[in-house]
Amino acid sequence: MSLDEFFVTGDPLILASQIAIGLTMIGLIALITYLKRWKWLWNEWFTTVDHKKIGIMYIISGVLMFFRGGVDGLLMKAQTSRPELEFLDAQHYDEIFTTHGVIMILFMAMPLLIGLMNVVIPLQIGARDVAFPKLNALSFWLFFAGAMLFNVSFVIGGSPDAGWTSYFPLAGKEFTPGVGNNYYAIALQIAGIGTLATGINFVVTIIKMRAPGMTWMRLPIFVWSTFITSIIIVAAFPIFTVALAYMTLDRLFGTHFFTVANGGDPMLWLNLFWLWGHPEVYIVVLPAFGMFSEVIATFARKNLYGYKSMVYAVAGIAFLSMLVWVHHFYTMGNSAAVNSIFSLTTMMIAIPTGVKIFNWLFTLRKGRIEFSTAMLWSLAFIPCFTIGGVTGVMLAMAAADYQYHNTMFLVAHFHYVLIPGVVFAVFAGLYYWWPKMFGFKLNEKIGKWHFWLFVIGFNMTFMPMFFVGLDGMSRRMYTYSASTGWAGWLGFSAIGSIILAAGFAALCYNIYWSFRYASRDVGNDPWNGRTLEWATASPAPHYNFAKVPEVDRLDAYWYMKKEGNTGLKKSDLKPVHMPSNSWTPIFLAVVFGVVGFFLVFEWFTLAILASIGIVVGLVANSFDYDDGYHISVEELADEEREWRGDLQ
Amino acid sequence: MTSHANNMPLEYKTQQSQMNILGFWVFLGAEIVLFSTLFASYFVLEHNTAGGPTGQDIFILKDVLIETFLLLTSSFTCGLAIHSMRSHHKTGLMVWTIVTLLLGAGFLYMEINEFIHYVHEGASIQTSGFTAAFFTLLGTHGAHVTFGIFWISLLLIQLARRGITEKTASKFFIASLYWHFLDVVWIFIFTFVYLKGMVM
Ligand code: HEM
Ligand SMILES: [Cu+2]
Repeated sequence: MSLDEFFVTGDPLILASQIAIGLTMIGLIALITYLKRWKWLWNEWFTTVDHKKIGIMYIISGVLMFFRGGVDGLLMKAQTSRPELEFLDAQHYDEIFTTHGVIMILFMAMPLLIGLMNVVIPLQIGARDVAFPKLNALSFWLFFAGAMLFNVSFVIGGSPDAGWTSYFPLAGKEFTPGVGNNYYAIALQIAGIGTLATGINFVVTIIKMRAPGMTWMRLPIFVWSTFITSIIIVAAFPIFTVALAYMTLDRLFGTHFFTVANGGDPMLWLNLFWLWGHPEVYIVVLPAFGMFSEVIATFARKNLYGYKSMVYAVAGIAFLSMLVWVHHFYTMGNSAAVNSIFSLTTMMIAIPTGVKIFNWLFTLRKGRIEFSTAMLWSLAFIPCFTIGGVTGVMLAMAAADYQYHNTMFLVAHFHYVLIPGVVFAVFAGLYYWWPKMFGFKLNEKIGKWHFWLFVIGFNMTFMPMFFVGLDGMSRRMYTYSASTGWAGWLGFSAIGSIILAAGFAALCYNIYWSFRYASRDVGNDPWNGRTLEWATASPAPHYNFAKVPEVDRLDAYWYMKKEGNTGLKKSDLKPVHMPSNSWTPIFLAVVFGVVGFFLVFEWFTLAILASIGIVVGLVANSFDYDDGYHISVEELADEEREWRGDLQ
Repeated sequence: MTSHANNMPLEYKTQQSQMNILGFWVFLGAEIVLFSTLFASYFVLEHNTAGGPTGQDIFILKDVLIETFLLLTSSFTCGLAIHSMRSHHKTGLMVWTIVTLLLGAGFLYMEINEFIHYVHEGASIQTSGFTAAFFTLLGTHGAHVTFGIFWISLLLIQLARRGITEKTASKFFIASLYWHFLDVVWIFIFTFVYLKGMVM
């Protein structure tokens, strides 16, 4: 392979990015070396097993990936802003919607949600960490390795271009010979293993590590939704593992799983993909629902209306989410009976979802609502998401779907579900839990700019897509002629996307501003919260709780405050056991990334050689009998005095 | 952090071991989904032989029966190993585990020969949809057995060095769950791939 096949060449946009990436890397390395921060990075971040730091690393990566995916989105909007523009060609447009879809769902939504879960869940159940801290670090680093591998594709070798769904036979070697789709198969595999491990970790954490007295019906609702999400992860991700393995075999080793010739079956890919893919959209939306519930209850100053029905609704959604996958290909040759059944199961999901919407509304009713930025996101979520939901029921009707299928109407629908459902939730969660992570609030005034720009921009961008979709514009079209009459809508939509981007910029500015100027004096409970994470210092100390709190009802911390027993007696303190840092997770993930890269280019000898690193990591891990260390009572008392004043 | 129940077996003594064991059960749940997917895909592609050999053409029942016998016996000896562990019999645990691994290695030897035989018969992984699904299902199982042999060998070294402790006991117990699980998967392979393939 010659060098100009290895690097993507010939496109000025990409050349500029290549240079920018190269310079940024050199700049970063130089900066860290100049500041002598390598050791600190290694000890405090790269080898950490602390769930809060891992969560923060997830969040930082997620925000970066949002930037990448967002730029992709803007490029597409620019290309379709006028008819017959030649800003991007068809191939380039294909690559961009593919990487946009994959990055937004797997490398933006997932890490941001899993990051917040990491930060919050152990604190909400009164635990010291997750059940398997080292595995948790491995999860993060595998996700990160997968994300980086996927992202280098556009400068080295070429991006995948068969859509985020990568349908066969198009995604097969016959029709897409380059290495782009190898990146898809292998990078997602690596990240997926990390996600599966996260699922297992949180199932066990929530079953085994709840504070004394925290029975199942006293779990904060975000914990419930995380628990059920983790179960869906365990049930759905292995299907994707297999599907991607088949794809890899087809592309790299010439097997016939999904080919048209030699007894392959492209529909097998579709079924496997959506058997994972539909549950996946609930994996991203259920934790988001949990966050909205926490934020709404806190800022309405009421307990969550219909707690139990919320739990049953989440469980019901999770169950149904496994039974609807065929609605993604009604038009692809099923019998009428099959389509009818899947139509019904799909519409049934609207029932538990409706229950949740009404519970949120009843929680707001007669509440003393405080319009904080976190609350604004939650309030805007309800109507916007309902538009997504109602159009979803429209799409669920198999007969009507023959009209909507693969049009911009669908694209508008899923953005109306994913952006209010996931992105608004992540923003609400970030504003809400920011002080718990960093010890200061994000600025509320800039937050409101962020909110209004983003929400207005979002509706301007995506509402027109419903109309052009109904008018017959199919998705993934890189251009159109003026005679279609869509130019007005799409131009308006493109302007909307600029406002949307300005909203995102306001968030970035807010983070910068608040880091520099926000007051560091926020106390442990800045929002007058209800759940245990607010019972400890902000930012939460590395041991989380000096003494594990006891829980005797739902919203335990709210009542502890009312009854005035939030104090701490020194005589209650005992030494706290903590896990030690470990180099194996990051080491293993780097090796996985390198092996993956070699596999993408089908350099098998190198891949096998690099795999020795995996063996080394696993053996080292098996022989690791490190028992962690203890924090003494004196140290605990000192740290607690810093924020509590005197101990009792 | 020792748990209050003192009549618990050694491998369940600490909270961390209990969590490790539960976590492994959840992992096995994921493995069940993984193998179910492999089976389901096999059923979809089973008859797509594209003019190449069918299962009936190539399967040799005798070899498969020997493999089955080896693997089932290894599951039994694995049980004996855990039984020795429960009565703090380090040598018993060692010996039965080694027997288990040898049986597992015997199984692998037979399986690799079987695969080579198929390739000679003109059924390689690239031949058809059927062979692709067949080799991936069996290969995944075989790869699990291989991984198990290496993993448990490492545990044997740790056992030799440290004896039966709360930690080594829970590691061996988890490895035994894994080994029995592979046996269960094999029973399904034996029934739904080989027997079904022979008669239908
Ligand atoms: C930031 C603002 C965003 C903009 C401007 C945007 C824009 C777009 C556009 C123009 C398309 C392609 C439509 C077509 O030609 O078929 C698209 C597709 C897609 N978007 Fe977005 N989007 C945004 C955010 C998101 C988010 C947050 C998610 C998910 C969490 C998401 C997920 C997807 C997916 C899955 C596709 C389908 C890709 C494919 O066809 O394979 N987008 N988006
Ligand atoms: Cu779906």
